Amino acid sequence: MDVRFEILRFDPARDAKPHWEDYTVELEPTDRVLDGLEKIKGERDGSIGYRRSCAHGVCGSDAMKINGRNRLACKVLIRSVRQPIRIEPMMGFTVHKDLLVDMEPFFKKYRSIRPYLIEASERPDAERLQSPENREKFDDTTKCILCGACTTSCPSFWADPNYVGPAAIVQAHRFIFDSRDEGKEERLKILNEREGVWACRTVFNCVDACPRGIQVTRAIGEVKQALTRGKVD
Amino acid sequence: MAVHQFDGVIVGAGGAGLMAALQASKGAKIAVVSKLYPTRSHTGTAQGGIGAALGNLEKDSWEWHMFDTVKGSDYLADQDAVELMCREAVETVYELEHMGLPFSRTPEGKIAQRPFGGHTREFGKGPVRRACYAADRTGHMILQTLYQQCIKQGVTFFDEFHVVDLLISEGRTAGVVAVELATGELHTFHAKGVMFATGGSGRMFKITSNALTLTGDGMGILYRRGIPLQDMEFFQFHPTGIYKMGILITEAARGEGGILRNKAGERFMERYTPTLKDLAPRDMVSRAIHQEVLEGRGIDGKDFVHLDLTHLDADAIHKKLPDITDFVETYLGIDPTKQPIPVQPTAHYAMGGIPTDASARVVVDDKKTVMPGLYAAGECACVSVHGANRLGTNSLVDIIVFGRRGGKSLLEDVKRDPLPPLPADPEKQARERIARLMAEGGQRVSDIRTEMQARMTEKASVFRIAEGLTDVIGRLKQLRKRAESVRLTDRGKAYNAELMEAMELEYLLELAEATAAAALARQESRGAHYREDFPKRDDANWLKHSLVWRQPDGSPRLGTKPVTITRFEPKERKY
Repeated sequence: MDVRFEILRFDPARDAKPHWEDYTVELEPTDRVLDGLEKIKGERDGSIGYRRSCAHGVCGSDAMKINGRNRLACKVLIRSVRQPIRIEPMMGFTVHKDLLVDMEPFFKKYRSIRPYLIEASERPDAERLQSPENREKFDDTTKCILCGACTTSCPSFWADPNYVGPAAIVQAHRFIFDSRDEGKEERLKILNEREGVWACRTVFNCVDACPRGIQVTRAIGEVKQALTRGKVD
Repeated sequence: MAVHQFDGVIVGAGGAGLMAALQASKGAKIAVVSKLYPTRSHTGTAQGGIGAALGNLEKDSWEWHMFDTVKGSDYLADQDAVELMCREAVETVYELEHMGLPFSRTPEGKIAQRPFGGHTREFGKGPVRRACYAADRTGHMILQTLYQQCIKQGVTFFDEFHVVDLLISEGRTAGVVAVELATGELHTFHAKGVMFATGGSGRMFKITSNALTLTGDGMGILYRRGIPLQDMEFFQFHPTGIYKMGILITEAARGEGGILRNKAGERFMERYTPTLKDLAPRDMVSRAIHQEVLEGRGIDGKDFVHLDLTHLDADAIHKKLPDITDFVETYLGIDPTKQPIPVQPTAHYAMGGIPTDASARVVVDDKKTVMPGLYAAGECACVSVHGANRLGTNSLVDIIVFGRRGGKSLLEDVKRDPLPPLPADPEKQARERIARLMAEGGQRVSDIRTEMQARMTEKASVFRIAEGLTDVIGRLKQLRKRAESVRLTDRGKAYNAELMEAMELEYLLELAEATAAAALARQESRGAHYREDFPKRDDANWLKHSLVWRQPDGSPRLGTKPVTITRFEPKERKY
């Protein structure tokens, strides 16, 4: 079937401002939006800029706005979206080219919450023990693939680009609620600052945007609660 | 010309590259250069588990793991390297846990383990729970954990820099040249040591589980610089790719009790491998599926079978296999707890690659001669621990064990060695290559790539025959000719992915031809390499590795190298 796309094009070296371009290509209803982009790029216009890699929703490269909502292009099937399929870059970061945005500020936020296990105790000879119940407490937030869909759908982030954003809080949650981590206090302190969790207004856009189905707002709520009560669990 | 000076450069930021970076950057100035952001690397898509004889749920030993790996390899793996890998698997898995990897847990709180294809107790008596897992996203957790540790350690990254050439001066490795994708500018990385950890080349096939970026860059770059490649004819086809799409459905689905069925609903694996049944090694299961299809027992008479999980507990599936449940729902609109999943073999893993010793140092001939300053680890390398067929979970073991060993070798060598001079005009080859690709031609990259992938899937996959391989080699030569005059519509410099894809295509075409040529030369069937015209394994003539060198015109020249056998003499492979 013929499928119509409208893609917001912008080359800062050439264009004063972004403009929409139309493309129609033949696809199967079961094809992915990414298959459409690949076809357009391969057969019509090789200059379209976007990132992609695994093509099945695991690597987090191809987050973009599809018909107004942040989605991974490889996890949306043609049959499930209205045509013309309007594709824009994620909002809030500088556009480098077409759908490619500058991800460095995003990774900077990620790094700011100290995203690694903080160990004070000696490592044992074999594995540390962790009960299945304790493992379950942070299971949801281990799924994050750092695609940026949640942060760039968040009105608090649009209003204040310094807000650490849902993705970084999800990553912090993954460690704060891990029984093996010994850096909870310093992480909670970072998130208690003005640009931390309190900027979240529980709009829930992040939950809709997350391609991994993470209950982002709940995770943020658990971090807020830990701060209020002064302890985890 | 931008020149960066480092002690060592690691190309690729998947599991092997990051593991190496963690080791090497402890005592030397190291840069990790990758065409992707590290967290986009393909390690992140590994699902089922990492094999290590922890014995958390039942008795297990590294000797059994070693035996299974050697037998799984159809006796082509080098047994000294396999022994190292299976011994060190145990401590490296503990190390991953110590780094924070969130493994699933047993009721006692230990790392959870489950059965996987070809992994057995007591040298083949029955399945053993050896695959250490984190739900069905073990690779994702490994990649995330290693990247986290790199941040903690302050490792230097050059993200979205596409390495396009290896520099050699005075017979030593002297660095690499890369395109900065954001600007299109060339950068020279001048270094004493370079490790390639660039992953596989599955994109030479049409149906593949591999990412769009898995285009054999590391193998291709070295091949063009005169380094041979080893065992290229051995490419693994994973039995359970989603029909038509190739997306992987983990072997853990069968580890958890899933069953393959043909159109009559028959559990056909019972006929092929009565002891291990659905948990036989991948080469055998893929061939069995093909055989069922050939004999008309595919679903609806087509080229796929069913993976049936409907008899399993739905809660357990959601807990232990959440991601594949999501894939199946997203891409097929199927609830795997209620309906069977249509699957077919999908090109999954290159057993062959850049020949190395067990310290990840690149060896350039059949006499273990090391190329100074050059290292390779992970899927792009061939140690060889997988031989003719890799067991499930062993790719993750490989990247962690040999990434770590390689990082240590790199560190040891750069501490001792002086920095070799840069060759005169180091960017010359890269610059001329880009100019040639950007020149006005008539051929579309996507057309050539599509045809290569179709031919390779048709003629060089699970079943192979001389006639088909000869045909595909001829086609690939024509395609290489066409690829000399491509037409790129993107004339810009910033993020010119079309240019990047043109270079990736050059690697894929040459690697595909090397694969087909080595497959044609090997007149026997072993592991993943099955010849309809030579259906038996032939140890008298072919218990040896193949090597392939690139000739000046781009076509391959073949040679061989001996296999190291220590503990286990080759036997007939039955499961």
